Amino acid sequence: MLNIIVLVKQVPDIEKVRFDVETGRIDRSSAPAEINPFDLNAIEAAVQIKEKVGGFITALSMGPMQAVSSLRDAIARGVDDAILLEDRRFAGADTLATSHTLAAAVRKIGSYDIVLCGEKTVDGDTGQVGAEVAELLEIPHVYYASRIVNVSEKSITVVSETEDASYTLESSYPVLISVTRDVNKPRLPTLKSKMKAMKSEVKIWRAEDLAGFLELDKAGYAGSPTWVQKVVVQKEKTRQGRVYRNVEDGLGELIRLLESKGLI
Amino acid sequence: MGGKGLDRKVLVVAELKGEAVHPVTFELLGKGREIVEQTGGELYSVVFGCSIDKNRASELIHYGADKVFLFNDPVFSGLNTMAYAHNLVRLCKEENPDVILMGATCFGRSLGPRVAAALKTGLTADCIDLRIDENGELIQIRPAFVGNILAHIKTKTRPVMSTVRYRVVKARGKDESRSGLIVEKKAEAPPRAGIRLVGEAVPKKLNIADAEIIVAGGRGLGSAEGFRLLEELARLLGGVVGSSRPPVDDGWIRKEHQVGYSGSIVKPKLYVACGISGSPQHLFGMKDAETIVAINSDPSAPIFRVADYGIVGDLYHVVPLIIKEIKARRTSMG
Repeated sequence: MLNIIVLVKQVPDIEKVRFDVETGRIDRSSAPAEINPFDLNAIEAAVQIKEKVGGFITALSMGPMQAVSSLRDAIARGVDDAILLEDRRFAGADTLATSHTLAAAVRKIGSYDIVLCGEKTVDGDTGQVGAEVAELLEIPHVYYASRIVNVSEKSITVVSETEDASYTLESSYPVLISVTRDVNKPRLPTLKSKMKAMKSEVKIWRAEDLAGFLELDKAGYAGSPTWVQKVVVQKEKTRQGRVYRNVEDGLGELIRLLESKGLI
Repeated sequence: MGGKGLDRKVLVVAELKGEAVHPVTFELLGKGREIVEQTGGELYSVVFGCSIDKNRASELIHYGADKVFLFNDPVFSGLNTMAYAHNLVRLCKEENPDVILMGATCFGRSLGPRVAAALKTGLTADCIDLRIDENGELIQIRPAFVGNILAHIKTKTRPVMSTVRYRVVKARGKDESRSGLIVEKKAEAPPRAGIRLVGEAVPKKLNIADAEIIVAGGRGLGSAEGFRLLEELARLLGGVVGSSRPPVDDGWIRKEHQVGYSGSIVKPKLYVACGISGSPQHLFGMKDAETIVAINSDPSAPIFRVADYGIVGDLYHVVPLIIKEIKARRTSMG
């Protein structure tokens, strides 16, 4: 039986969210919140590992109280326990401060074999938290796992992708693995599991609960070495914008373009 | 807090692609050179490998490094990130660089966070530019929210660490007359090995991020068969086939062809989008192409807003016409 921890984040639906161009703040009320889509693959991977060798899955998240709804969703999708790290002193964290806080909670959970996470979040989009947590826990990590080849009580074998090649890697425990969207197709929660999740308890851990595991000056805004000086709207490259509704005209223009580029 | 200016060393972490130096390294050296010319510092580079010869290391000098740290050890094979991280952290503790730059590649994205966490410093992901402000501090510019905005990020701690996207900043020309120092370093095994490579790495057939010409298809293709048509056009143009997400999800084409937010970011000279509507996620991956051509039957498709040339029409009508026209011209010229 393996103890598995899945790191999850509640994010705004990135296709709908609006943001204030002046301040760079996102208007979280403008879009529904959901589990980071990449994390759904991490949850599904945990559930499949549990189905294969047995285990206990804890979903761990840092965020505001509203994130309880995403942790309930994680329960509906098959995790056994859910913990939300919620405290004003955790807020405004960059990736390093987030990683310190998550790593502290993992240490408090104590017994773990596999930490799973998605390859990145759609709002922060850094993909850094996984490997930072691994470093702080002093455990190895595998990034961009596209397939779980084999898993046993003793070790896990995954395929890890780079731009040029695929590597089959085997690791003993504990290990942190970040998965890509290719690792599986997340199942949808059933109505029954949703009902059960509604009644489940999501544990809330505050700064005090991490005492002895987290130095508070390493958490939240105060513990964040990076800060956003300003945001600007991306200037789009000016395009020719010649759109032809008449295929003949468009074709002629396109052929001239290909000639000018020396392609014909 | 408030960071002090940068006045000393910029360290570029070189990446290897097989035996050769990955071109992103030369780009980082170009940017690093620009920084040290403004701050009066020195540009260092470090390269980890199993059997890198000194000629390879001196290439880093020809592209702008003043000093190169060379680690040769069998421990740097496979995907042993722990080994790279352990030795890079050791080097940083000895040399105290003010800035560390890596490529925002799988290598840099996996290594950077470990090193940043070990050094208890900030790391900014996927930068598209780095500038020095009037206080001599580094401003790291990165896209946020699927490329809708650009965030200017500063780091209070030292070293300032950034991963920089491939094919965004410019390398300087190779200058073989440049001289510099190569320092051979002894590698240390990491305290925990952990990960073991099973069998051989399987090379990928296609690295779409490097492609100069891409003919890409989307949902509008209707089936896997449609890619045969695009392959023909791509072949005639000397390019490769790309895809938006839906065809990959539906199993019409392999993942390594996917362009966009959860695929590859590309910057070709020519991008021909066929039957691709142009979701923000797809545009994120290709909107910096030099020239964009869109072929789509829906005149309101967002792809036309970023296109230089658009043809409103059925791709199964238009693409064969293009192919026919190219062939006709080649025959008449031959």
